[in-house]
Amino acid sequence: MKLLDCPDIGKRPISEFDYLGEIRIPPSDADEATWADYVFNRDNAPGVLRERWYHRPTGRWFILERNTLTDEVVGLVDPADVRYKEPNYEVPA
Amino acid sequence: MPWRLLKFGLQSEHNEPRFFPESKPLKSHYDVVIIGGGGHGMACAYYLAKEHGITNVAVLEQGYIGGGNTGRNTTIVRSNYLTPEGVKFYDTSVKLFEDLADDFDLNIFYSTRGHFTLAHTDSALRTMRWRAEVNKHQGIDSEVVGREEIAKEVPYMDLDCNGHAPVMGALYHAPGSVARHDAVAWGYARGAYNRGVEIHQKTRVTAIRTQGDKVVGVDTDRGQISCNKVISMVAGSTPRITEMLGIRTPIEIFPLQACVSEPVKPFMDTIVVSGSLHVYVSQSSRGELVMGASVDPSVLHSTRSSFDFVEGLADQMLDLFPFMSRMKVMRQWAGMSDITPDFAPIMGKTPIDGFYLDAGWGTWGFKATPVSGKTMAWTVANDKTHELIEPFRLSRFADFDLVGEKGAASVGH
Repeated sequence: MKLLDCPDIGKRPISEFDYLGEIRIPPSDADEATWADYVFNRDNAPGVLRERWYHRPTGRWFILERNTLTDEVVGLVDPADVRYKEPNYEVPA
Repeated sequence: MPWRLLKFGLQSEHNEPRFFPESKPLKSHYDVVIIGGGGHGMACAYYLAKEHGITNVAVLEQGYIGGGNTGRNTTIVRSNYLTPEGVKFYDTSVKLFEDLADDFDLNIFYSTRGHFTLAHTDSALRTMRWRAEVNKHQGIDSEVVGREEIAKEVPYMDLDCNGHAPVMGALYHAPGSVARHDAVAWGYARGAYNRGVEIHQKTRVTAIRTQGDKVVGVDTDRGQISCNKVISMVAGSTPRITEMLGIRTPIEIFPLQACVSEPVKPFMDTIVVSGSLHVYVSQSSRGELVMGASVDPSVLHSTRSSFDFVEGLADQMLDLFPFMSRMKVMRQWAGMSDITPDFAPIMGKTPIDGFYLDAGWGTWGFKATPVSGKTMAWTVANDKTHELIEPFRLSRFADFDLVGEKGAASVGH
């Protein structure tokens, strides 16, 4: 069985996790092209990604750094590191 | 035959005709360089030479011909898609496939089977009706059928799925076929070679050289080449190529796994797909069941297969075919699927002049082999996007003009 080696809770079967994809920080004030780039485009070459993983049995969220070429988890990210200020959207009147 | 083989093995010289030429040194200049020697790359080279007279072409392949996703798919060809753009495009492909064996003078084992996409829920059945109507409007043979018709055509299937996910109906697509995927790549490769195209296996592109926004050449591990036009047709390796040029795309790479069972007597002459159970199966001409599932859940640039996949697939397959519990899995493998957000490919011109992209083939690339080769060859020869692939242009994401093909992906992703 494939295991995910989570630095916090150790090796667990991959089937216990839900994958929520790469964490990305939205632009705060941007034109349409920047928004389209944020919404659709990805850093998709092999490398280390920061991703959200949800561990169902414990109901916990993890932000893991994983090498997408070797499938190794290389680190646990403090949520404070990926926190961002919510942009001030102007609501059209 | 064994005697002939033994004699052949003991001879010091082999005069059998080679299917492909031995590798030659790279030339210093080509008019067009195609990266990727799979079905798409070979088809593009073939049509460039055959229909546009462009023969100073090199196909560069880092592995061997058809060793990537061309040799890893489950060989299904169909055109019952959901969007008019998709239906027109894949229908052109099906029609090209039907004549390929004659074009190549090579048996590609093209076998029209009939394709059932099972619906286990009301919402699935609703999507089937929608697809059937879009298909019929485009002149495609596609209809929703009830349980009786399915039972008649696929007699060994448990339509109640052991009681927990009864089949309510299916989308039936009579032209649905299977073909021998290696032969498709080989046929195109031989056709391209005979018309003057150079095929270089074990040649990896390490960089694409540009001047301003124009392509001027490629660097490979066997030396430098100058060229004005480069086409990337590398499916799962696309991000590694686009990264060289700083082109951003929405592609994400997920492994897609498949397996074949041991060969058994022919009992199933149709292709069966279940979106709800995430499985598709057909029986090959050798009697093996060719089975696949949905893509792996997380991004990974690797072709390693896993036990979880076979276990999960077997669990679902047994719901449909309980008698399979005693069959053995013979081989399993994985390919790298380049998935796009709207489940449609990315084809045509890019912001770099002379660099063309044929990517985003996710789980639907094999069936598009002939049409993608033909339309990309046209696009490159005329430096103008072919009308069939206009909806699949890279700029559609910046324009918020997506295609929306998700409902027709063979299994839920």
